[in-house]
Amino acid sequence: MAGANPENGAGGDDPSRRDFIHIAAGAAAAGAAVTIAWPLVDQMNPAGDTLALASVEFDLTKVELGQSVTIKWRGKPLFIRHRTGAEIAAAIKDDNAPMRDPQTDEVRHKPGKAEWLVLIGTCTHLGCVPTFGGGDYQGWFCPCHGSHYDTSGRIRKGPAPTNLAVPEYAFVSDTMVKVG
Amino acid sequence: MSGHSNYVPKTGFERWLDARLPVARLAYDSLIDFPTPKNLNYWYTFGGILALCLGIQLATGIVLAMHYVPHVDHAFASIERIMRDVNYGWLVRYMHSNGASMFFIAVYAHMFRGLYYGSYKAPRELLWILGCVIYLLMMATAFMGYVLPWGQMSFHGAVVITNLFGALPIIGESITTWLWGGFAVDNATLNRFFSLHYLMPFMIAGVVILHVWALHVTGNNNPTGVQVQSKADTVPFHPYYTVKDGFAIAVFMLMFAAFVFFNPNALGHPDNYIPANPLVTPAHIVPEWYFLPFYAILRAVPDKLMGVLLMFGAIAVLFILPWLDTSRVKSLRYRPTTRMYFFIFVVACFILGLCGARLPDEHVIPGLKTFQLLDADLNSMVWLSRFATAYYFAYFLIVLPVMGLSETPLDQPKSISEPILSPSAALPAGAAASPEKRG
Repeated sequence: MAGANPENGAGGDDPSRRDFIHIAAGAAAAGAAVTIAWPLVDQMNPAGDTLALASVEFDLTKVELGQSVTIKWRGKPLFIRHRTGAEIAAAIKDDNAPMRDPQTDEVRHKPGKAEWLVLIGTCTHLGCVPTFGGGDYQGWFCPCHGSHYDTSGRIRKGPAPTNLAVPEYAFVSDTMVKVG
Repeated sequence: MSGHSNYVPKTGFERWLDARLPVARLAYDSLIDFPTPKNLNYWYTFGGILALCLGIQLATGIVLAMHYVPHVDHAFASIERIMRDVNYGWLVRYMHSNGASMFFIAVYAHMFRGLYYGSYKAPRELLWILGCVIYLLMMATAFMGYVLPWGQMSFHGAVVITNLFGALPIIGESITTWLWGGFAVDNATLNRFFSLHYLMPFMIAGVVILHVWALHVTGNNNPTGVQVQSKADTVPFHPYYTVKDGFAIAVFMLMFAAFVFFNPNALGHPDNYIPANPLVTPAHIVPEWYFLPFYAILRAVPDKLMGVLLMFGAIAVLFILPWLDTSRVKSLRYRPTTRMYFFIFVVACFILGLCGARLPDEHVIPGLKTFQLLDADLNSMVWLSRFATAYYFAYFLIVLPVMGLSETPLDQPKSISEPILSPSAALPAGAAASPEKRG
């Protein structure tokens, strides 16, 4: 195309040189467009102050045996459940039952702390908050689309694809956990 | 826009303007002199009604934005302030919230009309696709608008819908975090939804301009599906269709006003008058009525990812519809077998809407227990929605491609005017000509 331009001959320009300038200028403009597009996309990701609020500490003495407490962590509900012996036994008994997302009860709590279950309280289906004590497995039941979780928070029936998630957490003392 | 123009500037100012910016010519050619098929029925008035709906939503929405506060601590209270304290705030808000429902009633009528008379077929493929883009933008706008009052349904609706993207493998989680601007639906989410809810109607207006432009290039389809052949087939848009559209708009406004003034919350959900609480999900969460069929498709599938894909597929299939229908005949008036399948399709859409509003395990026929089929009783909403979902897709992917090849259509009139000007010609059932000679 550039070769058909009579100006090229008149000016004595090498046509391939002009093509190169076209391609280089176009590439620079495309690169610039992408560099400016990325900040506009990335601004929608969590901001610094949102990330700074990413961990909480919780005093376990507030939770009686057989009770659970729901706290807010990263804007989501977090279940902290003080399990009874019967609940733990029921969870262990089902370790080998057929499950969609097979996990033993042992890997879902900290070693030697079977009575404490810390779970992210959002259904893994579409994020509703399950309630405790309902459902066919005496654990959690999600009212939105009918997912049943057992006393270990494992999915047993319904549309949810995975078990209730266990967040990253640690015992900072015997009675204090730090989540996140 | 479409070729020859009959506009004659009358005054000196009009001539001056016409030589510089021919807006008066554009308006004359597209709104007054535009040649329109003379046999359009009332199903063709929804385009005008939709333009008015968009105008109402824009006007009331701009007013609401003057009083609304997009912050998790103030959003709910600011809506209540609009309802109680702002002068006529209750009226503007009820017009806006019911206006969304009216918009969808009109758009569904408009789309079913297009499906029935084959308005998506060549040469109107792009016109149809632009319409699908408008519909998609409408759904996004309506969803984000419903989140803004920050009630329980707003909040948990936003949670469920944004979590749909989490079903995508690998990138799903990053996408939901990006959409939320945090680790859950929160203030950042509300803020951006407000911003986008304000933006999108203007995008819709832009695509509407393209939609009308495309319409004015190909001209209107009409109930016979036969292309306009001569001037005898058309009448000028004004006064014939300005008056017809005007009458339809008046009737439509009666229904709109009946909702706004007598039952403004009939189409909403009472739970949305409870402020959002991220720690408690309402026992029964449902979307607004216009999303129910898609919600039913989502829940019909036991697998999360497949459910999401099928739900989006239900809209995606509309985009390729012009190439799925293999028939050369546009109007279903002349395709009696396909017409029967079409009416079943309409029923299937309504059934999906019904299923979306109910719990999956609820019985269709109360009290009747049949047998367990896979994961649910056969007499349950979830099985009914599975059958309806299967039919929804079968209509587009099997019925339309196959019927176009196998069905022998009835004779079409040679032109739009022919059945009117020569009543002796053989008429297909359902085409009402010379009504004065009947009975």
